[in-house]
Amino acid sequence: MRRETLINTILTLGLLAVPLVAWAMDETYAITLATEVVILALAGVGLNLALGLGGLVSLGHAMFFGIGGYAAGILASHAQSYDPIMEWPFLIEGTQSMPVIWLLAIVASALVALATGALSLRTSGVYFIMITLAFGQMFYYFTISWPAYGGEDGLSIYVRDRFPGLNTLDPIQFFGLCFVLLMVCLFIVARLSRSGFGLALNAARQNETRVRAVGIEPYRLRLMAFVISGAITGLAGALYADLNRFVSPVMFSWHTSGEIMVFVILGGVARLFGPVAGAALFIILEEALDGVSDYWHIYLGALLLIVVLFARGGLIGLLAGRNGGGGHD
Amino acid sequence: MAGVAMTETLLEIRGMSKSFGALKASDDVSLDLKQGEIHALIGPNGAGKSTLIAQIAGSLRPDSGEVWLEGHNVTHQDAVARAKAGLGRTFQISSLAMEDTVLQNAMLGALGARRRVPGLWRPVMRDSDLRATAMEALREVGLEEFAHFRTADLSHGQRRQLEVAVALTLRPHVFLMDEPMAGLGAEGSAILVEFLRNLKSHAPILLVEHDMDAVFQLADRISVLVYGRIIATGTPSEIRANAQVREAYLGEEDEE
Repeated sequence: MRRETLINTILTLGLLAVPLVAWAMDETYAITLATEVVILALAGVGLNLALGLGGLVSLGHAMFFGIGGYAAGILASHAQSYDPIMEWPFLIEGTQSMPVIWLLAIVASALVALATGALSLRTSGVYFIMITLAFGQMFYYFTISWPAYGGEDGLSIYVRDRFPGLNTLDPIQFFGLCFVLLMVCLFIVARLSRSGFGLALNAARQNETRVRAVGIEPYRLRLMAFVISGAITGLAGALYADLNRFVSPVMFSWHTSGEIMVFVILGGVARLFGPVAGAALFIILEEALDGVSDYWHIYLGALLLIVVLFARGGLIGLLAGRNGGGGHD
Repeated sequence: MAGVAMTETLLEIRGMSKSFGALKASDDVSLDLKQGEIHALIGPNGAGKSTLIAQIAGSLRPDSGEVWLEGHNVTHQDAVARAKAGLGRTFQISSLAMEDTVLQNAMLGALGARRRVPGLWRPVMRDSDLRATAMEALREVGLEEFAHFRTADLSHGQRRQLEVAVALTLRPHVFLMDEPMAGLGAEGSAILVEFLRNLKSHAPILLVEHDMDAVFQLADRISVLVYGRIIATGTPSEIRANAQVREAYLGEEDEE
């Protein structure tokens, strides 16, 4: 077994073991923390596809996280108040069914990623960063000033959305649901990065001219990556809304984009399990250091600096050594 | 195409001009490439060879003039479309995915040669057809045993060979080679000369090259580019005998 595969397995088992032990000991808070790690990791898995494999430094992924969150929040709030979203030309009612909410979160984020990606991918480098940031901020200010869904105050989901056959209000069952989704998305991203699409996307990150010269258009590859990436982060947003039973414009803010990027960088850019390691480390640090100082972000900043300067492969890179070429054998 | 004659013109450049400010990098350049031949393009540094190659490959737009590939006007197509149409380019400075393995670079070429959007699901490295195409190309240039090396760990000469191998996997109808011998050393050049001599029967080669020994050994025709203009086109012996060429280019080297 490759060393990275071993580390990934240990991470997966650890992520599964912590809430199970906590469940046995009746420590609900630890289960909730583990669920948060899983959901934030999922948001990072989405970004990592664009950032790691595609080299697309998007500072606008909060946009998709927020769209997923608001998809859940808006549908649930209409269902709670028995007030249909629209009655004309056809009736659309709210819903508290998670599969429907997830589907809508995925479709909505993918469509927004398609539109924003089609425009922003015409630029590169710092301009791409700025344009994605600008799109994200547009959504942020829009939700702040949109009174129908709480504006700045956000929107509460009083009862967690439902999944057929499960009691989602039971922390361990909700954790299990999120964990399965994370694993499914990790599997999808692993397949994508090993496919012909992944090979060409990864090559386009390294050398665009080369990819053009073999008759493949990098723009299309990147747009496809951006859309899938946005859809995964959107799904994470819907889960995050249900975890907190609350959505607010903060989900759209550029701080959120930055945090998702921090998970990816801490854990290891372009490493399949990088976002998982990064999100886990982030939450552990937050818990451990929050008691020490209100300014725990200073320590996070220092750690990030060390990773960027001395451990470019992040936590996974540090433990597993050099990347074997984008996951290809 | 039925009844293709050996003299069929596969690539034709008609009256191509490109200026950068006051500098005429290409000045009404016309040249063609026929089935089965190696047409070498030579000229002193700064003559506009690289600019010309970039315009033929589609990465630079000419101010005027046309590029015809296999009877189709491709002037308004970009580099991707021209690659799909059968133009296989190698770069003066190796242009490869350096973090990837040698095999992955060759596989990328084979993937592009399929001329469709790469698949999203099937593991590409287990695609036996692509793998066979890629390994065959590596074998032909002598890089087979380096297939699993990281490209960044290859020597300069090996990267040049890989550059040629990637172009081979495309199975192009026309090769456009920008100084494939650069930095190869005497032995490497000799091997590549033999290789290109055999290759031209598969697809003709427009060869930009500084290595005059190689050019005069290989070329069926030579065009001489000076200050963006083609001052002479002919067989190697005609070019050797051309007074204008000797003065502009070859003479200088003889004196050294």
